[in-house]
Amino acid sequence: MENKQRTPLFHLAKREELSKGRKLVIRLISIVAALLLCAVITALATGINPLQVYGSIISGAFGSARKTWITLQDLSILLLISVALTPAFTMRFWNIGGEGQVLMGGLATAACMILLENKVPSVLIMLISFVAAVAAGALWGLIPAVCKALWNTNETLMTLMMNYIATQLVSFFIIIWEVPKGSGKIGIINQNTHDGWLVQLFGSKYMLAITVSILVTVFMYVYLNYSKHGYEIRVVGQSINTAKYVGINTGKVIIRTMLLSGALCGLAGLLLVGSINHTITTTIAGGQGFTAVMVSWMAKFNPFTMVPCALLIVFMERGAGEIATNFSLNPSFADIMTGIILFFIIGCEFFINYRIKIKK
Amino acid sequence: MTGFLSFIPRAVGQGIPLLFGCTGEIITEKSGNLNLGIPGVMYVGAISGVIGSFFYENSVGDGSMNGFLAIMIPVLCSLLGSFLMGILYCFLTVTLRANQNVTGLAMTTFGVGFGNFFGGSLIRLSNLDVPTIALSKTSAYFSATLPFAKKLGWFGEIFLSYGFLAYTGVIIAVATAVFLKKSRAGLHLRAVGESPATADAMGINVTAYKYNATVTGCMIAGLGGLYYVMDYASGVWSNDAFGDRGWLAIALVIFTIWKADIGILASFLFGGLYILYLYIPTGMEHMELKELYKMIPYVVTSIVLIVTSMRNRREDQPPASLGLNYFREER
Repeated sequence: MENKQRTPLFHLAKREELSKGRKLVIRLISIVAALLLCAVITALATGINPLQVYGSIISGAFGSARKTWITLQDLSILLLISVALTPAFTMRFWNIGGEGQVLMGGLATAACMILLENKVPSVLIMLISFVAAVAAGALWGLIPAVCKALWNTNETLMTLMMNYIATQLVSFFIIIWEVPKGSGKIGIINQNTHDGWLVQLFGSKYMLAITVSILVTVFMYVYLNYSKHGYEIRVVGQSINTAKYVGINTGKVIIRTMLLSGALCGLAGLLLVGSINHTITTTIAGGQGFTAVMVSWMAKFNPFTMVPCALLIVFMERGAGEIATNFSLNPSFADIMTGIILFFIIGCEFFINYRIKIKK
Repeated sequence: MTGFLSFIPRAVGQGIPLLFGCTGEIITEKSGNLNLGIPGVMYVGAISGVIGSFFYENSVGDGSMNGFLAIMIPVLCSLLGSFLMGILYCFLTVTLRANQNVTGLAMTTFGVGFGNFFGGSLIRLSNLDVPTIALSKTSAYFSATLPFAKKLGWFGEIFLSYGFLAYTGVIIAVATAVFLKKSRAGLHLRAVGESPATADAMGINVTAYKYNATVTGCMIAGLGGLYYVMDYASGVWSNDAFGDRGWLAIALVIFTIWKADIGILASFLFGGLYILYLYIPTGMEHMELKELYKMIPYVVTSIVLIVTSMRNRREDQPPASLGLNYFREER
């Protein structure tokens, strides 16, 4: 019976914790491999020299001052949403409803700008929008959190459904407020009065979003690592039973954390509508609620690590988008590139956590 | 009555893609894999079929198409596309033990992008001189009904007015239910989903079951995308038209409490909810209300989610190891 004595060629074992340097090297190798594959695919699709691909991508993302600013602005929004989702993920609450929470924040902002135009001073509109956007985002985070805390409702699907409810709410109000009637669009809100348009910082219209996202990132790092709340979140994430045993009110932690998560997403919506676009559409969040999930995970829930991760994604999206436009290809090209990079990064975790022992 | 008569076939037509997705995801989840990549897989399944039949239709030109090939080429291409997506998911989550949620979301990003990219660029990439992707000839084969269906009045309208893929979907759902409930392999599969360590100790090959279930599930789900574009949309590809049906299919799995046979009626019900807004009169003055009615399927799903979690019955629970990867040496 030869068959029974067959030993497998190799077997897997859990690794000891790797040093930070080794981990970084493994991740960098996987990113480089992903970028090479992306270059080959781009070359196949467009017929340009693979070596030139990254030249085009870089010029697409950073080719001019304006492009650089827009890349930084996109980065700041993606970073903000990723950071916003992170406390929920740290406690293993899979909030994939960032999209809806951002939309609700944006909707609240748009409502304040439209309804309060010429009624109260612009500064007051900004303040009211801020409160409304944060409250709307928080509410959208609160509903699944309460269901989770009370009845252990599946949060992944619940937050997902809330996305679509938010989308339909936005399209409902777009038709109510549409200008001109029947166009299905709102257009630029308060184009003449600029009422409720958020202030510019440092004389640049891009700096507000960038500054806010930096502040929130730093805040989140401190909150998660050096506060009692952050500690409770991590305990709930590691083990609900341990949390109960040490006397943490898990329901309260879930609700409080999701309020924070949703509120920060609402803040992203405020920036998107009040500072960047000055209008609202159903696609204003642009799938970033989902991308942010992956950014947050890639960064192992560390807010500072999210900066390079989000930059990588934004860089590829802007660059691949530019290539697609130049070759009159569909802009979804960028999503394929993002997907490939994510697959490589997801896959490389294996080599960090496990090692392969080959039988001699 | 006539309104109702036209409502049922449309609800069923809307429900069939959900049924495929739901059945596929049920098999997948029974193995303990929570595949959030189903929306992406359905896009890939659809576009792969479209690519196959696009080249076949254009290679035939004005000549007459072979009915067998016209159906088999898109079906096989679609199966191949979703097969590869399934393998990718399994390789990452089962072999490399990556986080299932993240892998699934990445697959959805990739799959939807893949579908829209090729949908939007196929004509340019292939250098063929055609204005749009309208595969009406292939679609005619897919939506062909039995010749006598039209003569049977309301009965034919409600039961016999669909293309063959619709019936395939129902048959697959019934077969899945029987397989999971009655067969030995189905029992083993459920054991893998409930407690992979126990199944492993019983001598069941956990990895093989997870791979087989997930890949089969993806292939079934992919057919849902193919049905949508070839039959429901009459062979016309438009970007993002498939929309969020993949996510609804995943939600349906919970709605049906992991039972494929319940999935048949539930899909049709959801299909009905999906188009209900067309049948609720609003008047020209209040078109905005339609947007609120479009919310109905999602609101209903949320309520169902909450109610099933409130009742919290033992037999209604998800597979115990859902979303967790299995590593034998971990304890």
